[in-house]
Amino acid sequence: MNALEARGLVKRYGGLVAVNDIGFDLHDGEILGLIGPNGSGKSTVMKLVMGIERPDAGSVKLDGVETVGWPSYRIARAGVGIVFQHSRPLHRQTVLENIKLALLPDSLLRLTATAGVDDRAREIADSVGLGDVLHRHPATLPFADLRRMEMAKAIARDPKVVLIDEPFAGLTGGEVETFSELIRALRAQGHAVLLVDHNVKSVAALADRVLAMYLGQQVSEGTVDEVMRNETVRRVYLGGTLEASQRNGAAAETRPSLLRVEDVSVFYGKAQALEHVDLHVNEGEFVSVVGLNGAGKTTLFNAISGLVPYAGTVAFGDHALAGRTPAAIARDGIVQCPESRQLFGDMTVRENLDLGGQHLPAEARAEQLAWLFELFPILESRQGQVARTLSGGEQQMLAIARALMMRPKLLILDEPTLGLAPVILEQLSNALERLRASTPITVLLGEQNVTFALPHADRVYLLEHARVVWEGEPAKFAAVMGEGYL
Amino acid sequence: MTRAFNRRLLFAGIVFVLVATVLPLWLSAYVLGVLTTAYYFGVFSMSWDLLFGFAGEVNFGPTFLIGLGAYTAALLDNAYHPPVVICIAAGALAALVGGVLLALPALRLRGPYFGLVTLVAVLLLQNAIVIFARFTGGEIGMTVPDVLSVDPKLNYCYALAFFVVSAILLYGLSRSAVGLILQASGQDAVEAQALGFNVTKHKLAAFSVSALFSGVAGAMLVFYMGAASVGTIIDIGIGVQIIIGAVLGGRRTILGPAIGAIFLVVGTELLRPLGQLNTFVIAGIALAVILFFPDGLLGHVLRPRENT
Repeated sequence: MNALEARGLVKRYGGLVAVNDIGFDLHDGEILGLIGPNGSGKSTVMKLVMGIERPDAGSVKLDGVETVGWPSYRIARAGVGIVFQHSRPLHRQTVLENIKLALLPDSLLRLTATAGVDDRAREIADSVGLGDVLHRHPATLPFADLRRMEMAKAIARDPKVVLIDEPFAGLTGGEVETFSELIRALRAQGHAVLLVDHNVKSVAALADRVLAMYLGQQVSEGTVDEVMRNETVRRVYLGGTLEASQRNGAAAETRPSLLRVEDVSVFYGKAQALEHVDLHVNEGEFVSVVGLNGAGKTTLFNAISGLVPYAGTVAFGDHALAGRTPAAIARDGIVQCPESRQLFGDMTVRENLDLGGQHLPAEARAEQLAWLFELFPILESRQGQVARTLSGGEQQMLAIARALMMRPKLLILDEPTLGLAPVILEQLSNALERLRASTPITVLLGEQNVTFALPHADRVYLLEHARVVWEGEPAKFAAVMGEGYL
Repeated sequence: MTRAFNRRLLFAGIVFVLVATVLPLWLSAYVLGVLTTAYYFGVFSMSWDLLFGFAGEVNFGPTFLIGLGAYTAALLDNAYHPPVVICIAAGALAALVGGVLLALPALRLRGPYFGLVTLVAVLLLQNAIVIFARFTGGEIGMTVPDVLSVDPKLNYCYALAFFVVSAILLYGLSRSAVGLILQASGQDAVEAQALGFNVTKHKLAAFSVSALFSGVAGAMLVFYMGAASVGTIIDIGIGVQIIIGAVLGGRRTILGPAIGAIFLVVGTELLRPLGQLNTFVIAGIALAVILFFPDGLLGHVLRPRENT
């Protein structure tokens, strides 16, 4: 019998269909990988199963019992445990007390833990390898141990089904191996495990079956090999056949350097998001940084923009940027168009653009606006519309246009294709091509979608697990990395 | 938490109780009166900390609960003259019921709205009292025919005893298994739910306990002062003082807020020779502590070490 049976799950947020007709079976002693790029809806599926969000349609059966509509504490008690990617442990309690918490009854009258809870908590801690740090406080633990503690809490009540969100995020190679062992052990004990990950590669060695999602829909289901060979999956991740075209080839190499990133490392608490990254961009160059979600692209851009503290140097032109505020860096000419777009949702298209051009004299502003409307004709017709009501693609164009209103010396585009349908990608791609052909602008583009990133690029960096692992011309990227990227 | 820490705390507690018990032998009736009020405010702040520090909900209207307890007790006493204990019990019940009726819908709200609802509740209560001035005395206030005692020493002892019992119960609760679940609910409600805890139930229970202690303390304060008025019991300013006291002493510690509140009341009184300046100086101290020691005056002392 299936431990978990999901059928026809649908979840809408306003006009956006985050999950559209997703269904799967999960048996005891089986690991199912749920994969898809950011924004594909896989985390929402997990929340629907856990009851954190309520589906608009569909059913979830746990051991044959319908659980849709139950509050998540009831689903938890019925036998579903979840390992969150980010959680806030009790910082004033020890590791042991944090695990004991998961074993407490949901009662207002039991003021003390029942006998046996202490022993059971120690047993669980040992099984995930926390035996030596029982009496430490979470704040003093290395990142991997915090993840172990979350794992311990999730399996404390011996759930039938264990949901794990991004099991390997922020872990180093060796730790990934240890965690894989822990997850295999869960399977061996008969738990049904659902792994949610953006990366096929990381769950490949672990999952018995994989279900791939894109834009809320299932694109493929089967064994790891089948899914990885699937045409649609390859297109989702790579964007189809790889093409490359260079604008000015060698010429760019001889131009003066505009941005130098040297030996930059960034930590989020205990997780290392960037490891000794070196990168440079010359004036007028179009440089693409490609890598899967979580590789560190956004962190790199945020370090350049002064939004996160880092070790190492970032130099713009001939001065270092360390110690300058994000606002000063933006005024200097490094303008970032962030992944989340950050539009002023309640303002109109025109107001958003005017705000971007606030510092320009009126004449220059009008000129810039006219040029942008030429570049993105759709925005001209939408001037009076409130930004929030634009489609995803239009919002992305507006975000880029607003950034360009600031007349940047260096434009940073972070994952502009995120969550966009293929047809919109093409429009966006054309606009970038026009931008590149008609202006001498310098662009640093971060992308997961290689097919989108390559055609425009003069040079490509590949970021993997917080490190730059490859640098070179796009034509060579297609030849060398095309197969191994996924 | 270490055993050594517990032992130190127990020792400090016993010393405090012993010293506080023998104080009436030396201190004047005036000073005892100040301390009596201070103890009630200590209970107010502790009740508030259970909600904010543990359940993670900011209650901007502690005086709503206190006012319900105080005015219910005062109205009942004026109407039927039952024994004072009955009046206090009725006040506690009213605060409990009113608190639950307020919290049930308010806890469904997310973000800052819970706090705003509690703030509006205070204004509503304040207006209701002014509108029904015929019964409540309106803005002038109402006197109660009975008092706890006319002897300042006895009044002091009642307040001290109530304060100590409340501190033991609330502190014990915060350290119990239920307190642990409550903290988890306050810090990450989604995760607490996923661990199988009905977060709303636990928060509602915390609100009820907070309301109960606030109500009893409010009613006792009325029977100590012999009068209830909007300005001394319900005003937003009183609520702010309770909150500042809690933050000043060190939130999430229960005992810290008690000491912070006592410090505020006594400090304001000590600086009375400065005239209007006294509240200014106290507010300045509070601001400095909150800015430079966000954990509060006693946050570090009262908390077990976090980095072993």
